[in-house]
Amino acid sequence: MSHAFIELCHIEKHFAGVHALNDVSLSIRPGEIHCLAGENGSGKSTVIKVISGVYRPDGGEIRIDGETVHNLTPIASIDRGIQVIYQDFSLFGNLTVAENLALNTELREKRRLVNWRRIHALARRALDELGVDIDPSAEVDTLPTAGRQLVAIARALMSDARLLIMDEPTTALTRKEVETLFGIVRDIQRRGIAVLFVSHKMREMLEISERITVIRNGRKVAEGPTADFNEGLIIRHMTGHDISADGYRWEPPEEGAGTPRLELAGLSKEGAFSDLTMAIHPGEIVGLSGLLGSGRTEVALSLFGMEPGYSGDIRIDGTPVRLDSVQQAIAAGIAYVPEDRLTEGLFLGQSINRNILATTYDSIARHLVIDRDRASSLTAEMIRSLSIATPTGEKLVGELSGGNQQRVVIARWLLTNARVLILNGPTVGVDVGSKAQIHRIIRDLARDQGLAVLMISDDVLELVENCNRILLMHRGRLVAEYDAARINEEDISETLKSFK
Amino acid sequence: MGLFRRSETIIAAILLVAMIIIGLINPAFWQLDNMFSLLRSNVVIGIMALGVLLVMLSGGFDVSFPAFAVAAMYLTVKGMLAIGYSGVLLPFLCAVAIGVLCGCLNAFFVYKFRMIPLIVTLGTGSMVRGFLLGVVGTSIVNINRFPPELIEFAKTELVSVTRPDGSHSGLTAMLLLYLGLALAVHLVLRYTMIGRSIYALGGGAEAANRVGFNLRKTIFFIYCTAGALAGFAGMLHCSMIWLANPRDFVGMDLVVIAAVVLGGASIFGGRGSVLGTMLGVFMLVMVQNSLIIMKVDTTWQLVVVGIIIVIATVATAWRDRRRQA
Repeated sequence: MSHAFIELCHIEKHFAGVHALNDVSLSIRPGEIHCLAGENGSGKSTVIKVISGVYRPDGGEIRIDGETVHNLTPIASIDRGIQVIYQDFSLFGNLTVAENLALNTELREKRRLVNWRRIHALARRALDELGVDIDPSAEVDTLPTAGRQLVAIARALMSDARLLIMDEPTTALTRKEVETLFGIVRDIQRRGIAVLFVSHKMREMLEISERITVIRNGRKVAEGPTADFNEGLIIRHMTGHDISADGYRWEPPEEGAGTPRLELAGLSKEGAFSDLTMAIHPGEIVGLSGLLGSGRTEVALSLFGMEPGYSGDIRIDGTPVRLDSVQQAIAAGIAYVPEDRLTEGLFLGQSINRNILATTYDSIARHLVIDRDRASSLTAEMIRSLSIATPTGEKLVGELSGGNQQRVVIARWLLTNARVLILNGPTVGVDVGSKAQIHRIIRDLARDQGLAVLMISDDVLELVENCNRILLMHRGRLVAEYDAARINEEDISETLKSFK
Repeated sequence: MGLFRRSETIIAAILLVAMIIIGLINPAFWQLDNMFSLLRSNVVIGIMALGVLLVMLSGGFDVSFPAFAVAAMYLTVKGMLAIGYSGVLLPFLCAVAIGVLCGCLNAFFVYKFRMIPLIVTLGTGSMVRGFLLGVVGTSIVNINRFPPELIEFAKTELVSVTRPDGSHSGLTAMLLLYLGLALAVHLVLRYTMIGRSIYALGGGAEAANRVGFNLRKTIFFIYCTAGALAGFAGMLHCSMIWLANPRDFVGMDLVVIAAVVLGGASIFGGRGSVLGTMLGVFMLVMVQNSLIIMKVDTTWQLVVVGIIIVIATVATAWRDRRRQA
């Protein structure tokens, strides 16, 4: 182990009574791609901050190149060649790519004046070295996320980096951008630079890394070459228990399927989708997938009354309905949990209780006055039955984790006595443990409450595990339908790829 | 970025169109003495706008500068009268020093307590103004007591024209001071690290800190320079109007901020330029001037300034959003 670039040995860290890191050891060799896996709140970011010198550990020692380093400060860490790419990239959106790249060098050399020609030369060289084609005189704000990330990587490499730490680098990227990123990461590795990948996405970790370290509740629970791991094992280490991955089965009642809960007949909308026909029965979970732009999100929005002007028929429990506004959709019993729950669905600055009741206030108000006892009993029941982790319903939703926020949205719709639940990317940005719990809640809802669930997702595995049937959309049309029990993930992924 | 996509080009184009329209409505607009008086009105507002630009670039908001300007000029003139001093350079230095001192106060609160600059400057501005009126006095120093050297200095002209009928008009040399200061601020912003740190701070304080900028230095530089410019502008103003009024510059904050926003500076920080600001100042002064020529009541001028602020803010916000798309 003496040839490791950096070693953390038995690191301890406490924050106001919380044991954030408990005997954590980690060693990264030069030119190694190492994954640090853990759920949100497991201590991953504390580890990063210890390595980058932001936090001083309470116990244990840090060795760099075999030499024990005391008092690692952020500047000392950078001097040793450790570079962190934060999730927000720490770039200046109002400045050009060139200036963003050159600022570190300029500051390190303690320059007082700015030589624009030199800045552009520095930037050009950094971008060429990374082999990416980005205009150095473009303003950073005009670049897409992937472009900004490349600029952040190029900037980190400019200062003779030996270890590049990437915090959740793939969160906002499309599959194709992730592949580009991985190509660049392997390039970096060939130059002898180690990469620490911090993530909770199993698939990507297995694909890119050589070694994996898993931490849970501030302890290291597993470490080893990536070849020794598989998805199930990592999940078990990350969550501390097995997460059942058995599929969801819905059996039609013996007397026949009866009237479908939701029925679409020849639903079309100019420029979005055309001639959709499908039916979902009570208790059934149907998956819908397709590439971005295939029209799947537009379908969800139409069903929720946000895209008026469609043609064709929508029937709920056999009754034709017209959904030209959100109010009509809610009245018809449709609930929608949006993809970006933060911007579309939740009032982050308001309490859990208020968010849960947001669509129900009309029904619990008597003569314009809210029935407070009823309101608090309803919210308390929802918080309990969906196991939302909070000491009180007065806590602000913005302070909850992604998984708990998602539950708040679901709770709100349960109160409206919804009959059809439309989920758009229900577990985007949610960690493994919460993900399994959300899946269980969705299944319970379908089974016990007889909801018809339409689950839209990019995560094919999620669909295979939870749905009864899976539909694929391409260019606004339904192009395939599978029985989830008789298809595996790879086949669907292959089909989706062939759409490009 | 291409010439045609730059905000300055667009502002200049709008300015030109506005000038043509105003000229058509009122041909007197293009007369030499109107042009001279227009440029003269640019000087004080323009120098103040340079300071406001610095603060706004950093993502801050300054409403204290009119108070600082008044304090600097009134204290200096009162002091000169008290000790019977006459001269030009020293009073200006003294006014600048008072401005810097007041600016330090702003910087201290903004940096040390991480307070919102708008609230800090509202407070310090009110404090300084109140202190001035309460402690130093409320009497106006008018022309018969005003230091004659200052009046003589401010009367200096670059070009003077005497028409056959004997009337005289000239272009004030104070314009050179404004242009010189503008050039200096431009060079600092564009070619020094402290100038770039202001843009970086406006782009993101956290990122600026991580990258290794000394934010204390930057914040003190911004507010002290803004204070210095305000003090200088105050002194110049009283010299040009031969009058030191401790209640001067009321409502000036709005006019100057309108000019800076009109010049394309983003109220969220990080975007803006000296050239744009100068164009914005010229446009605002021109609009005010035309309203006066057209004999529009002063109360309605307030309405116009308000409309300009709203439109300019909407336009820059729209520009920034489109950039991010």
